Amino acid sequence: MIKGRVWKYGDHINTDLIISGRYLDEYDMKSLSAHVFEDLDPTFAIGVKPGDIIIAGRNFGCGSSREQAPAVLKEKRVGAIIAASFARIFFRNAINIGLPVIVCPDACRLLEKGNIVTLDIRGGFILRESDGIRIDFNPLPEFLIDILEKGGLVPYLKTKLGRCVA
Amino acid sequence: MPMTFAQKILSRACGRPVDPGDIVNARVDLVMSHENTALVIKAFREMGAAKVWDPERIVILFDHRVPANTLKTAESHKIVREFVRKEGIRHFYDVNEGVCHQVLPEKGHVLPGLLIVGTDSHTTTYGAFGAFATGIGATEMAAVWATGELWFRVPETLRIRISGQMPDRVSAKDVMLNIIGTLGAEGANYMAVEFVGDCVDRMSVASRMVLSNMSMEMGAKIGVVFPDKKTEKWLSGRSHRSFEIVRSDDSANVQMEEFDVSNLSPQIAKPHSVDNVVPVEEVAGTPIDQALLGSCTNGRLEDLIAAAKILNGRKVSESVRFIVVPASREVYLSAAKRGVLTSLVKSGAIVLNPGCGPCLGAHQGVLAAGERCISTTNRNFRGRMGSPDAEIYLASPETVAASALKGEITDPRTV
Repeated sequence: MIKGRVWKYGDHINTDLIISGRYLDEYDMKSLSAHVFEDLDPTFAIGVKPGDIIIAGRNFGCGSSREQAPAVLKEKRVGAIIAASFARIFFRNAINIGLPVIVCPDACRLLEKGNIVTLDIRGGFILRESDGIRIDFNPLPEFLIDILEKGGLVPYLKTKLGRCVA
Repeated sequence: MPMTFAQKILSRACGRPVDPGDIVNARVDLVMSHENTALVIKAFREMGAAKVWDPERIVILFDHRVPANTLKTAESHKIVREFVRKEGIRHFYDVNEGVCHQVLPEKGHVLPGLLIVGTDSHTTTYGAFGAFATGIGATEMAAVWATGELWFRVPETLRIRISGQMPDRVSAKDVMLNIIGTLGAEGANYMAVEFVGDCVDRMSVASRMVLSNMSMEMGAKIGVVFPDKKTEKWLSGRSHRSFEIVRSDDSANVQMEEFDVSNLSPQIAKPHSVDNVVPVEEVAGTPIDQALLGSCTNGRLEDLIAAAKILNGRKVSESVRFIVVPASREVYLSAAKRGVLTSLVKSGAIVLNPGCGPCLGAHQGVLAAGERCISTTNRNFRGRMGSPDAEIYLASPETVAASALKGEITDPRTV
């Protein structure tokens, strides 16, 4: 269960808007995350709190394969991203670094900035705290939830590789 | 059962017949990473892997910030060079070769039928040679380095038939912008796109690379052109390895889209999305500050020649910075030998070393607030080339050259 405040954005939020290419010589995620959403919403990097949830429209994360995009959101301890649809590479990258991504077109229709919501990834629903409205979505395939629960592909493979060596 | 190209490649790579929608673990033939190799190394070490699975199948190069633009870049380049030496990775190209999507085919790494992943979204470019090639992230590249395998969802297929003769001064870029404008920025999300038709058959390999490169801008997982004699001729002498040409069966289950380019105008993608496409007539006359010719989309010899022909020795507008970036050292040398660079420089161009710098706003041609650039690159996202208050228009080499000449967005058929 993840509980947090909603930040809401539109369609086609691309990886340049999430973290601009002009900062990508920075490999320290903490420093880099100060620029997250800088060209889209300068209040985000200062205001976001651990557990907060991003709601967006279609094609979230389109553009570059840059993994820094989900990584800076994770660095800011965003609880999950819920969008009407995701661009392919962003979706993979987010799962692989352990940042939950949920496809749910109803969420952007029913939720607004500042709403408090609870997200149950395994159960496949979102609760709007103010009035208990429940928004359902198709849960992720089991093996993707498994990667998420292990914290991403690195810890997931570490266990697997460790087993191979042993 | 008839199968698509994507099914055939992934069936071979996972060792059993697959259907669209299946999630499979597949063995990868070739992997590519550039500056983000530094991130891959970090994840690879965190995984606790002892060494890379096969140093012969790994290609690493630098193209995004070459030569190093900051101390931080220089330090990350150094880390990668040390790793390459330690792991015995022979296929390493330093700052002097050019853009990954041009360099790998030139050096004979890309062959029909291969399953290729790269840590760059425009890895789809290799589809122009009949490879199944797609972009992935740094962490999953580390997983491939460790195991040689990666999970794939078998994509559905969208076959795009392009018919008709391209009109004079209309090129592959215009065709592709028109397709993206029609289908939308996620019109092919998660799909395998196949480009077929008499127009594609007539296109040069370089032009087909434009289609495959930009198929990513409508969300495609791969953008493939089935190899023909032209492809084989292009590849001959570049690699001595044998390869197998893989094609979809005619009766395989695909969605179809049809495009006829016989009456197509030069196309422009307006700010700030690649599918915001209009015919050049609609925006002609818009003043520009910078014109950029190059990148993995349109930095090949035919693109530089097309621009030089449009300029035809005339000087570009004094109000425009005209930047030319050949896609690779090979392109740079061919263009130099043929006098194309001389001609462009005489017209007022600044020729940069092959690389990606200006395309992603890393360095060399960054835009200030309020400035407007017309570019042959593949993305016009807000803030992509510098200030978020700058504007990027995407166009063909012909349109960019004509616009540089006039100092405003210009229909190349009018100059």
